[in-house]
Amino acid sequence: MAPLLEVKDLRTRFSTDDGPLQAVDGVSFNVEPGQVLGIVGESGCGKSVTCLTIMGLNDKRSTTSTGEVLFRGEDLLRASPKRLREIRGNEIAMIFQDPMTSLNPVHTIGKQLTEAVLLHRDVSRKQAAARALELLEAVRIPRAERRIGDYPHQFSGGMRQRVMIAMALINSPDVLIADEPTTALDVTTQAQILELLKQLQQDFGTAIIMITHDLGVVAETCDDVVVMYSAKVVEHAEVDEIFERPAHPYTWGLMGSLPRLNAIVDRLQQIPGQPPSLLNPPRGCRFHPRCPYTMAVCKEKVPPLEPHPGGVFHEQACHLDPATKEREAAKLLESVAGVGAS
Amino acid sequence: MLQYLIRRLLWAGVLFLAVTIVTYVIFFLVPANPARLAAGQSATPERVREVEKFLGLDQPVYVQYGNFLKRLVLEGSLGQSFLTRQSVNEEILRAAPITASLVFGAMIMVLMLAIPLGILSALRPRSLLDRTAMTYVLIGISLPSFWIGLMLSYLIGYKLQLTPIAGYCEVISVQEAAICGGLTDWAYHMLLPWFTLAIVTAGTYVRFVRAEVMETMHQDYVRTARAKGAPERTVMRSHILRNAMLPVVTMIGMDIGLLLGGAIFIEAVFGLPGLGGTALEAIQRFDLPTLQGVVIFGALAIITLTLIVDLLYAWIDPRIRLS
Repeated sequence: MAPLLEVKDLRTRFSTDDGPLQAVDGVSFNVEPGQVLGIVGESGCGKSVTCLTIMGLNDKRSTTSTGEVLFRGEDLLRASPKRLREIRGNEIAMIFQDPMTSLNPVHTIGKQLTEAVLLHRDVSRKQAAARALELLEAVRIPRAERRIGDYPHQFSGGMRQRVMIAMALINSPDVLIADEPTTALDVTTQAQILELLKQLQQDFGTAIIMITHDLGVVAETCDDVVVMYSAKVVEHAEVDEIFERPAHPYTWGLMGSLPRLNAIVDRLQQIPGQPPSLLNPPRGCRFHPRCPYTMAVCKEKVPPLEPHPGGVFHEQACHLDPATKEREAAKLLESVAGVGAS
Repeated sequence: MLQYLIRRLLWAGVLFLAVTIVTYVIFFLVPANPARLAAGQSATPERVREVEKFLGLDQPVYVQYGNFLKRLVLEGSLGQSFLTRQSVNEEILRAAPITASLVFGAMIMVLMLAIPLGILSALRPRSLLDRTAMTYVLIGISLPSFWIGLMLSYLIGYKLQLTPIAGYCEVISVQEAAICGGLTDWAYHMLLPWFTLAIVTAGTYVRFVRAEVMETMHQDYVRTARAKGAPERTVMRSHILRNAMLPVVTMIGMDIGLLLGGAIFIEAVFGLPGLGGTALEAIQRFDLPTLQGVVIFGALAIITLTLIVDLLYAWIDPRIRLS
């Protein structure tokens, strides 16, 4: 069966006052119906831009995108603005990082929810409102029939994110892009929202692209994981495979920096240094200035994304030989036992 | 909400009192004798004293002020002109609608000019249109209104003969002897004054609307609206403008007062018998009651308009209404 969403060699470039900036550099992945794909990486690695490009939500005047974004075989990068509007919010929906600012302060949430229905369905206002109420109940907003007339500022952050989720799912989309949906929320609310997303994903059968910098969220929710670093994909595998046999030093760094309750450590491991500037990325492997395993070849040659031997689907982009990777990964897993439990 | 309204009304009262006191004090600091002016050039000192007594000017300032306040509060009367002995209320009721129509007409023109221009400039920053609009903003802010008024009167009124050069026509109470009257004549004569006042005011508004729209355009909820699949027209109208216009409403409230001041020059240029002319004449002739009347009416108008704008603001912004 053909995948629902196929991203092929996606490249997105912004023209900035400081020169061209390659925000996404040759990213490819597939999303199957009902699958949850995690995209992990530090701030500014291009994971949000990848998704905004899929949605066609980048500023058109300063952005150029190449490659292909095939949704049911239709290339969204070449689709007309009208066709994109038909797809957005209907077949592909999106929720954003900050629920405090993502809802319009001057409209009631009922109005904002029904707007989403009326843009795509030929129904009466009343029917749209009934659908809105249905979704508010589905995302478990207490006393939904009364709260539907309230304004965003009358809701807490977690409740607003529930409203955002309700709005995204109101037209039963095939794909939901969740751009760090829990980052701006406190820890207990985070857990509730993730639980809700998982539940709704099963109920609605929606495929989810989960953008996050939190490997804990990935372990909790995802089927497949794409690890991005400095606009490129550095590792791509199933979630169990990534946590059992991580093959890229950057992924090791991310796993080493996870806080754990069942291990006694003085302080958390961190990846030294800063992510490189996308205006002027380093030669060779972009991770080499921060990588503890740097070899001469890393400074010269960009490592291609290649299969990692082992039988299951697993791609990685690192010059280290597979044996060294297996050894280092095993060492890391020993020291962080318990993380991979998903 | 009710508490807010009561607090606002009490403040309005305090403000009102302060305005009347300041006007009174300033007037009495001016070294001139209104009675002498009222009595005429050749009046004897005895005659002047009689006039003083008649006008109440022989009493201390605070007694005069007290009398004035008592009359104002109890009878709603602003007194009589020192010069013409006519009721100030009547004079103001005659002149105020002219000034009001000038100010409101100009404000409508300002918005009709500034909102589309501001939006287009915001959508295409650094484009030719944006640059032209910003040049206009600079000109509008820099040039004095009376100069623009005279230039327009000369070019459009005299050279092109498209509008009258100056003058005013009544709308409702047209006198028999009047050479013009009625809605069409009135609007025809008001066109140039409106336009002049609008030109000097709209500049600031274009800039303001542009800045607000540009800021709102990049809000997260605008992205949310696009992610829902809303077409650009809906995004602009329902999501950007609705939010960007909130500060503009506040600014209109503050500016209507400024426009009342600016209207004085425009009235002088175009010979409109509005409040500006009344005030000017009152100052020149030391006619305290008339001047006081204009100032008080102006203050009242500004206080009321600000209150209306604040309530309007609460009505369109649920965050204020419901907190």
